[in-house]
Amino acid sequence: MSKANLLERRSVVSALLEGRKDAVVIGGLGASTYDIAAAGDHDRNFYLWGAMGGAVMIALGIALAQPTLPVVVITGDGEMLMGMGSLATVGLQQPKNLSIIVLDNEVYGETGGQASHTGANTDLVGVAKACGISDSRAMATLAEIKAFAASMQDLTAGPRFASIKIDSANLERVLANRDGTFIVNRIRGALGFSPI
Amino acid sequence: MPFSIFRKAKVPLKSAVESFLEEMKMHARSDAPAEVEPSWPEDIFEILQRFDVRQVPYVPDAGHSQLIERVLGERSMRAVPLTTEEEGVALLAGAWTGGQRGVLLMQSSGVGNCINMFSLTQIFRFPFLTLVTMRGEWGEFNPWQVPMGSTTAGVFELSGIKVLRASHAGEVRDVVEAAAGQAYNACTPTAVLLSQRLIGAKVFVK
Repeated sequence: MSKANLLERRSVVSALLEGRKDAVVIGGLGASTYDIAAAGDHDRNFYLWGAMGGAVMIALGIALAQPTLPVVVITGDGEMLMGMGSLATVGLQQPKNLSIIVLDNEVYGETGGQASHTGANTDLVGVAKACGISDSRAMATLAEIKAFAASMQDLTAGPRFASIKIDSANLERVLANRDGTFIVNRIRGALGFSPI
Repeated sequence: MPFSIFRKAKVPLKSAVESFLEEMKMHARSDAPAEVEPSWPEDIFEILQRFDVRQVPYVPDAGHSQLIERVLGERSMRAVPLTTEEEGVALLAGAWTGGQRGVLLMQSSGVGNCINMFSLTQIFRFPFLTLVTMRGEWGEFNPWQVPMGSTTAGVFELSGIKVLRASHAGEVRDVVEAAAGQAYNACTPTAVLLSQRLIGAKVFVK
């Protein structure tokens, strides 16, 4: 089902990652990971194919270990709902280099399009703000998204949270790497770490 | 820590965060026994320092209070209080990806909260170490602790995580050192169970 005037997810993710530079980018399982792969494979892409609810925490671990690198999470509303407590944990740690983006289509697209809480009662921007992520916003235009993408490079003003209501159309999957040790060791190699 | 980024917040978050950490420290102190503190938490702390452990996610437990207090006071370590234990498994996967070692501190009841996230230890084969204070055994007063305490070791084993146990103060150093060695040197995911016999059963009514 598509609604008029909502942004298409792949163009949103392309705009977010166009000027990514050294950023490490974590994709929540499902469509977000496919979107990141569709924007172009990269040594610093962290694709998740499981661990639902863990995307923000994986990103926090990287952000704390690498405070001079931008760390970006792109995930869906269902994945974010499952890890909502992690917003409180981020709010406490205040990593300045972490940006969290939720692509909110208000449904569980990977499992048949069942409605999620964000279409009814749950405002994730409000949740993030209430968890102490003061720079939390909803975005609806590509211009806002491009400005936000530039701000992701600012390592003095995070954490930041943005939710974008997107079209719920299911797009063709772009399959990312799914070998976990490869994904992690490739990022580690790009950051200058050797295997054990 | 500089918290100047909070200029937009209505509530002064700087003081909120600082007072939270202060409270955690006070809480840790007030939970410590009035008599002489045991030395095994200090043994653990020394081992974590020697292995260059930098991120220490935890859900508080009275048995870990002394160690948590040491971590909160150590500049080279980042204490990360969690809302649920599974967050810590994911955090440590990220820490390793970013080049840092970590250890997850939790109570046995939290192990069940982690089960799906434990899959990361197999998928990434990263150096996962957790130190678990046991409840639900050795003179337990609270029956609600018994089911999860009884299955803690089994849950780890079924999840592909090696289990070591320390039941006496004198063996904590050796057991934790072996666990840290195999976790960090061989990427063998490992859990150390710190027995309730070691910690002492929680006293509800004196």
